[in-house]
Amino acid sequence: MSVRRLAANQPESFAFSAESLEQVKWWIAKFPEGRQQSAVIPLLWLVQKQQGWVSEPAIRLVAETLGMPVIRVYEIATFYTMFMLEPVGSHALVQVCGTTPCMLRGANDLKAVCQRRFGDRDHLSADGKVTWQEVECLGACSNAPMAAINDYYYEDLTPETFEQILDEFIAGKPRAPGSVIGRQGSAPEGGSQVLSAPSLYDGSAAKALKSIPNAEPTKRGKAKEAAQ
Amino acid sequence: MVGILEDKDRIFTNLYGLHDWGLEGAKQRGAWNGTRLILEQSPEWVCDQVKASGLRGRGGAGFSTGLKWTFMPKTESARPHYLVINADESEPGTCKDREILRNDPHLLIEGALIASYAIRAHACYIYIRGEYVHERERLEAAIRQAYEARLIGKGNVHGWDFDLFVTHGGGAYICGDETALMESLEGKKGQPRLKPPFPAGAGIYGCPTTINNVESIAVVGTILRRGASWFSGFGRPNNTGTKLMAISGHVNRPCVVEETMSIPLKQLLEDHCGGVRGGWGNLKAVIPGGSSVRMIPAHEAETALMDFDSLSALKSGLGTAAVIVMDQSTDIVRAIARLSYFYKHESCGQCTPCREGTGWMWRVMERMATGEAEMKEIDMLLDVASQIEGHTICGLGDAAAWPIQGLFRHFRHEVEERITNYRAGRPHVQGASLQAAE
Repeated sequence: MSVRRLAANQPESFAFSAESLEQVKWWIAKFPEGRQQSAVIPLLWLVQKQQGWVSEPAIRLVAETLGMPVIRVYEIATFYTMFMLEPVGSHALVQVCGTTPCMLRGANDLKAVCQRRFGDRDHLSADGKVTWQEVECLGACSNAPMAAINDYYYEDLTPETFEQILDEFIAGKPRAPGSVIGRQGSAPEGGSQVLSAPSLYDGSAAKALKSIPNAEPTKRGKAKEAAQ
Repeated sequence: MVGILEDKDRIFTNLYGLHDWGLEGAKQRGAWNGTRLILEQSPEWVCDQVKASGLRGRGGAGFSTGLKWTFMPKTESARPHYLVINADESEPGTCKDREILRNDPHLLIEGALIASYAIRAHACYIYIRGEYVHERERLEAAIRQAYEARLIGKGNVHGWDFDLFVTHGGGAYICGDETALMESLEGKKGQPRLKPPFPAGAGIYGCPTTINNVESIAVVGTILRRGASWFSGFGRPNNTGTKLMAISGHVNRPCVVEETMSIPLKQLLEDHCGGVRGGWGNLKAVIPGGSSVRMIPAHEAETALMDFDSLSALKSGLGTAAVIVMDQSTDIVRAIARLSYFYKHESCGQCTPCREGTGWMWRVMERMATGEAEMKEIDMLLDVASQIEGHTICGLGDAAAWPIQGLFRHFRHEVEERITNYRAGRPHVQGASLQAAE
């Protein structure tokens, strides 16, 4: 478990933007009547996208929107570690994966870069531009080490390339996410050794099937045939 | 040829995103072909075929997928049935579902329709981990395409009304547990539920629910198109089919690849990953199934097969087939201590043995890593680990204990050496066990 508390300094109020409100409606409509509580995590995420973090007035608003007791939303905001409970850097929220598969391939060096440049984790850097964190496995282990910066994954990093990417973010000109050594997704470095047969992609697999293996003539099937 | 599986038998033909992920591209590669014919068969037929294919759940537990579907009520009642797809991929080492979600989403959508038909559900939720923002955007776009083409939705061309919704988590590993996922989906803290009631009786919103892993669902369409015996022809009996395997750590070229079950671990690493860094002789240990299984040392990795039975015979497990390779340069105690920190961080706090135990084990492991522990603490640690194992509502307690047990099973001498070396030159070491509980 991790101990998480709301920030000491809170804004006066929070209101969803028109754009966020659209999204709020869309999320609530995904769940059955009376089950709108299911949308609480997505709504808090919308708050975070709009505000950069999750403030106490926003928690109250989400509770009101979904008809939940405030304490239940508070509980969600503090339980789920993706919710930032205090303001984050204006240019980059850097989340370095530190779990074993990334650690084996040099995540500690990436953490050292952040520590040197931005100071302690989970705090705003001195210039207010960056917050960095160490997070648990982000699920891109074959492209380790990696970091998520403002939600998107930068993979196959070295301390040098990582610093370059950080500089780009601070300069306000971030590059597109993905593997920094040009790997295609999770294919091995140097290119895939499989999936090269042309027959997979020439459309022969799209030729409409007349029947499927082991099919049985069923009542349903017969009824359909009769109907046609 | 590389590996065992031939290109013509691959299910995930856009694994690396080299081709169009969208509907047109997916259809070109064979998705949505014959789906209508499948849905003309009975739900029982679908379950039987999936059972016959030998497909075992790809989320780690390895339970027969077809059998799981038959646990659902046979008739619809006032309580609607639900399919929930677990895309909360957070097990360290595991990064396979991500490739399906972003590169082959239509196989998943088609599988969701077929599986929902088999369990008589008209609605399905895909619960994707919150950090997969790009993958979620991609999946939402693919679902929009499927709705527009009337492949899913009310009054779709397949004749089975079916709605598919994506929702997401907030960065909690525990939500990969099926009952914690249901709690989270209902808008609560992700704390696992006691079973029974099992999800097939009372799952989300108290309704009958089946929860499957992304890969288990995404392979179903192709299995039914090509036949159960095609799928069961790969691998050894009871361990059949093809499987996405994710390799990370100290290999020359880490990657995700689809292979046949029961491929020798050594062949997997050498053919697809360019071998262990520094050669096979430089291998120290392998965690073959994601962080929650016990490691196997190099000499056992030599002959291990990537399947459920072979790896459980080695007191490890296939898990999600996420292979974490560690070479001789690895500080193996530190590597496991980092996993202990992971479990401490991710414990939901509901059961006392796990909440207190994971933190305690992590603190002891940190001291083991530096050597600043006492010899007798090794047995105390193993004793505590075995008392956490099996005494919690969900599997996180077990998962926290197993890596530690695996470490001491094979590398106890290294820890002992470290403790001895730490003391050398220090005539008196303060009793480390005096450290206060957190």
